[in-house]
Amino acid sequence: MGQITLKKVRKAFGDVEVIPPLDLQINDGEFVVFVGPSGCGKSTLLRLIAGLEDVSSGEIEIDGRPSAELPPAKRGLAMVFQSYALYPHMSVRKNIAFPMKMAKISQDEQNRRIEAAASALNLTEYLDRKPGQLSGGQRQRVAIGRAIVREPAAFLFDEPLSNLDAALRVGMRLEISELHKRLATTMIYVTHDQIEAMTMADKIVVLRAGRIEQVGAPLELYENPRNIFVAGFIGSPRMNFIEGPEAARHNAHTIGIRPEHIDVSATEGDWQGRIGVAEHLGSDTYFHIHDTGLAETVTVRASGEVTLRHGETVFLTPQAEKIHRFDNEGLKQ
Amino acid sequence: MARAVTPQRKALNTAIAALIGALIFFPIFWTVLTSFKTETQAIADPPVWFAFDWTLENYTAVNQRSDYLLHFWNSVVISVGSTLLGLMIAVPAAWAMAFVPGRRTKDILMWMLSTKMLPSVGVLVPIYLLFRQLGLLDTRMGLVIVLTLINLPIIIWMLYTYFREIPGEILEAARMDGASLREEVTHVLLPMAVPGMASTVLLNIILAWNEAFWTLNLTAAKAAPLTAFIASYSSPEGLFYAKLSAASTMAIAPILIMGWFSQKQLVRGLTFGAVK
Repeated sequence: MGQITLKKVRKAFGDVEVIPPLDLQINDGEFVVFVGPSGCGKSTLLRLIAGLEDVSSGEIEIDGRPSAELPPAKRGLAMVFQSYALYPHMSVRKNIAFPMKMAKISQDEQNRRIEAAASALNLTEYLDRKPGQLSGGQRQRVAIGRAIVREPAAFLFDEPLSNLDAALRVGMRLEISELHKRLATTMIYVTHDQIEAMTMADKIVVLRAGRIEQVGAPLELYENPRNIFVAGFIGSPRMNFIEGPEAARHNAHTIGIRPEHIDVSATEGDWQGRIGVAEHLGSDTYFHIHDTGLAETVTVRASGEVTLRHGETVFLTPQAEKIHRFDNEGLKQ
Repeated sequence: MARAVTPQRKALNTAIAALIGALIFFPIFWTVLTSFKTETQAIADPPVWFAFDWTLENYTAVNQRSDYLLHFWNSVVISVGSTLLGLMIAVPAAWAMAFVPGRRTKDILMWMLSTKMLPSVGVLVPIYLLFRQLGLLDTRMGLVIVLTLINLPIIIWMLYTYFREIPGEILEAARMDGASLREEVTHVLLPMAVPGMASTVLLNIILAWNEAFWTLNLTAAKAAPLTAFIASYSSPEGLFYAKLSAASTMAIAPILIMGWFSQKQLVRGLTFGAVK
């Protein structure tokens, strides 16, 4: 089981309130991602759940049990840290065994779980090495192994992939997703990378300045962002925001249109502009269009086969049904 | 960044370093040499270098006059005892300062260090009276206590510096893994701080071994360590240089040998954290 309920959880450091009272329900077996820009309080929120920070007020229930006052070890959660936080003086085997040793689990059971975790994470041949002799990806797997053997109610991940290079990150992302499918245990995952959030999450929690801006499934957030912040944060490249007469024409203070929802043509369209930078990714090309009179830059995503180039004049047509309208407070109309 | 060093320059640097090393080592060398001379040769002018009748009579005389082993044992008990007691107090203190610092932690650290600047003689009389009252005069226990207190600021400072190098996330991981505070310290923090701990222990043993002010003033016969043993040979009457040298050689030999074998550890520990 791994159902976590936050009730009016609040955290302040001295006079600074980093997390105003907040409610959140995390269901058993869910993969929940906390996402937001740096300093939004997502890591603090995770550390509150873990028990590494004390809540200033409010209650955290884990499987219905009030846990806000419990020490970290008594909450039945396991955490994977950004820096891996392996014990450098212990072998991989001892690192993985450590939580079981603390829990006074029998040696036979320890060995059984270590073997199982090591084979699942491809660590069997590294069991007798020290963390210093492993690559970043392997270290991360050891950290995950150490978490798995505790058989926790929920896994907490604090930006676990940000120290890895890009290629490895994609691989580990898949591994963690597969792990989740296999174990079907609740996972809470903190990241500032919205791609990680979109690809891994069952449920995304978008945070800003300690407040929850929106909670929902990835596509729900993508298709139906509650406000400008969420609209701009979810999706890559970022949504274009247009104010002024064009927005007024749609009866809105601001309109938003995603780069993939604008058709580009060399001959005709609603808006006219000039190509600044064209980023060719192969499958797609991102055009950054200037001089549209709408916004400084309008980003458009086109198929990789489109052969327009820097400096050329183009015409853009937004897909009418994909236009998001926001009021002057940034809320979706 | 690599800099071009000419072979001549390198040779010069080596020569200068060797000269400084020789200068520092010379007094020890001369003491050892003198301990094998007769009293007359010891004060001969010009000094005799190697062409003298090598003799062990000073060592025999010293051993006849005083109980070297007793003083040696006192030194061991006092230096090791004060170091262990100091560690027991300093580990929790340094842990608290490094991992859960308060607003005043920096001030407390500076204040502790400032006690090292107080002239010891300024507190001699009160401490002497206290010791007399408590029956600690001329006891090893008394010296262990006073040397612990004297060296505690240094132990705490050193451990604090080493502990600060250890990422807090690793200790948090231990906490998540179910380690109690004691297990967190013994299974994770201390093993990771071994190099720093070792040099702290070594340095503190050396400091305690060489401490003379308190050991001379608070002991008479029973608890006197080797420092008091040497001092007893600096009598103003008669010829005593050779015997004093023999006593000194015997007093410094154990710590010198220990320092020799642990110099790598000591240097590594003392420069730890200095280069980032």
